[in-house]
Amino acid sequence: MVAERAVVVGAGLAGLRGAEALRRAGFTGSLTLVGAEAHRPYDRPPLSKHVLTGAVAADATTLPSFLPLEAEWRLGTAVTGLDRRNGRVRLADGSSLAFDRLLIATGTRARAWPNPHEGRLAGVHSIRSREDATALRTALAAGPRRVLVIGGGFIGCEMASACRTLGIPVTLVEPSTAPLARVLGTHMGDVIGALHTARGVEMRCGTEVEWLEDDGRGRVVRAHLSGGDRIEADLVVVALGAVRNTEWLAGSGLSADAGGLDCDADGYALDTEGRVDARVAAAGDVARFPHPLYDGRRVALEHWSHAVAQAEHAGRLLADRKACSHYAAVPTFWSTQHGINIKSVGLTEGADGLVIAQGSPKEGRFLAVYGREGRCIAALSVDCARWLPAYAAQVAARAPFPPIHGAIDQPEHRPVLPPGFS
Amino acid sequence: MADATLLDQVKDRKNRADPYPLFARLRETPVSRQHDGTYVAATHAAVASLLYDPRISSETLPPSKRPLTGNPFTDWVVKPIRQHITDTHRPFIFRDPPDHDVLRGAVMHQFTRERVQAMRKRSDRLVADLLNEKCGAREIDIVDDLAYPLPVTVICELFGVPREDEPKFHGWATQLATALEPDSLDDDAVRAKNSRCFDEISAYMAGLIRDKRRHPGDDMLSGLANESAPGIGRMGDYDLVATSILMLVAGHETTVNLITNSMLTLMRHPEALERLRAEPGWAPRVLEEVQRFDPPVQFRTRKALADLAIEGTTIPEGAPVVLLFAAAGRDPQAYADPDRFDPDRHDNRHFGFGGSLHYCVGAPLARFETEAALAALAGRLQNPRLAEDPPYRPGAALRGPQHLRLAIDGIA
Repeated sequence: MVAERAVVVGAGLAGLRGAEALRRAGFTGSLTLVGAEAHRPYDRPPLSKHVLTGAVAADATTLPSFLPLEAEWRLGTAVTGLDRRNGRVRLADGSSLAFDRLLIATGTRARAWPNPHEGRLAGVHSIRSREDATALRTALAAGPRRVLVIGGGFIGCEMASACRTLGIPVTLVEPSTAPLARVLGTHMGDVIGALHTARGVEMRCGTEVEWLEDDGRGRVVRAHLSGGDRIEADLVVVALGAVRNTEWLAGSGLSADAGGLDCDADGYALDTEGRVDARVAAAGDVARFPHPLYDGRRVALEHWSHAVAQAEHAGRLLADRKACSHYAAVPTFWSTQHGINIKSVGLTEGADGLVIAQGSPKEGRFLAVYGREGRCIAALSVDCARWLPAYAAQVAARAPFPPIHGAIDQPEHRPVLPPGFS
Repeated sequence: MADATLLDQVKDRKNRADPYPLFARLRETPVSRQHDGTYVAATHAAVASLLYDPRISSETLPPSKRPLTGNPFTDWVVKPIRQHITDTHRPFIFRDPPDHDVLRGAVMHQFTRERVQAMRKRSDRLVADLLNEKCGAREIDIVDDLAYPLPVTVICELFGVPREDEPKFHGWATQLATALEPDSLDDDAVRAKNSRCFDEISAYMAGLIRDKRRHPGDDMLSGLANESAPGIGRMGDYDLVATSILMLVAGHETTVNLITNSMLTLMRHPEALERLRAEPGWAPRVLEEVQRFDPPVQFRTRKALADLAIEGTTIPEGAPVVLLFAAAGRDPQAYADPDRFDPDRHDNRHFGFGGSLHYCVGAPLARFETEAALAALAGRLQNPRLAEDPPYRPGAALRGPQHLRLAIDGIA
């Protein structure tokens, strides 16, 4: 066999696990990993949790490698283009790399504050990279008077939690009526919001930050809300979600936009005509694929375990092109807020019903199941993760909703509630 | 016994020394129904799946057999503590969340790193002292001379039981452990004996708790009796008695068997004993492998709260479910070469300490006591020889040798 060349673009969690899977599946050709950041692959979940409180140093998050990769690393080098006709990726330093097999795992970046001038003010931060987390940790350790978190998604909520752990006053502004509403619906969002309020987070839901004011010397001092209110804050964290890194694919002929790079059910990249390019696979945050559990709805998932599972799948796919199989892992995620463990399986989108299956939100410990058209589609556990695998099995089996009857610590009445998706 | 089910044969004393061939046959049907309507889970996958299924309950005890008499004086005034515990304040090993979590949480709050570290040091000392007492002997009974006295002293000291009362606990712990055997409730003589024993130990514990309130020490019982756990509060008195009894009983028999089963396994694998002698730091791997290979808790019984489809069978609502941990440990689907004792194996996901929400509270104690015992026995016994195949105690669920006599040339 002619020595084959594999290139992995993106040196994060998905890139690393995908490269390992290539090797594990017996790929013996040359292997190059390209990463825009200067670091070996590192773990991001701690950056919005333990790194902020100082319990873990940002540079202690390097991911372990599970086997010798025998790879060439091109770190600190962004990828700028893809030339499929000649089988090359172009790099920011002007060079290019030839490939026979390409794994795209370029992930996402933090969505910037829409006003670039305000976004550059001293005291305005976001969290995505190790450097972001280090800067934020330093700012928190300096003892800000009040932190303003813009955005009530997972990162925003974890940020608010870290502030309270450190005893720093914090306000969270979220345009919808509850935090996490997009992912969990307003019903569960309200439950999580109440946990934050009880731990001293000032929740400002249903309003938006219109602009950030500085002190005339380039440092942020307050935020102005859409209703006219002002929040005095010397540290602002923008947590408006992520943008997928697909711009470099412009002109490549692959079907990609801000929502991700389109793949088929196996994980191969699709071109704008919908044809498979069997040399190219994608994994992690950047990959948009039809999920078989959800009637082939195209999704791009920003979850840790998904990045691992899909990258391992894609690595195998690229190593042995005959070994096609649909990628169908049940999505999962977790979050830690105020020491409370929040976990989920499945996708809540489109849910039309919600049931508290075990425990009770009042006691801060429960398991909720989301249903759609009479099937279980997702489950959420709050300090109750032990039972989640049993519900994951129900989701994977598309079991009838309402779910499991007869469980320990089960409420006697289990009405089907409106989950609150707009 | 021609039509005895496999589980009956497991319980039969004549199979006590080696139930593993029976387990292999039980594994042929991952979840099988016994003639009495009990379901047995015997493969690793089935046990793991049921342990983490919310439709499996630990509230398996039947309602108390002595209902209220209708006489308010006997029902409420002279009602023994035992009655309160069996009626409404059962120990948390027999309870489900949320009550289980509250009681266990209160115990875990007192199970501090400092207490565990202090007992680890203490347990090394106790092992050394117990072996020193046998200096010059030509025979040692691992059970009577070490495995039995060690855990009871550790748990009594942890709880602040006065030294002179320790011997009482030997008897109580052994008797009450029989209550965990599946058939014990059917035997009137055993029930009567357990009740008497229960009355004695609960009266003693109630007195000890009063004492800990008057003169708090830095032991765990003083902590439980006097301090509030955050978000939990202070345990009620009946729950406190029930919990203390549970800790004393559960922490005893099981650890005796873990130490003894480990030593017996080492005697039957001389190369492993030799390696442990040279490498005492290997003891943790040895004991984890024994937890897979010959665990002291062979099975536990739970109850299905709903019809439960698993491995091609439906366990009906209300059925008792036996989780056969010891059979799961030898499952060839879960382990390469499962009948080989190999402390270096990397696929060891044993159920020796159970799993899920009832995972052994005392696991850290069991681990360091056993590590200390094994390292010292391997290092100090001179030329140990197995004097006989050991006799076993009656229990099938909590299974272990009655005695383990070794001929030795001395103790270093």
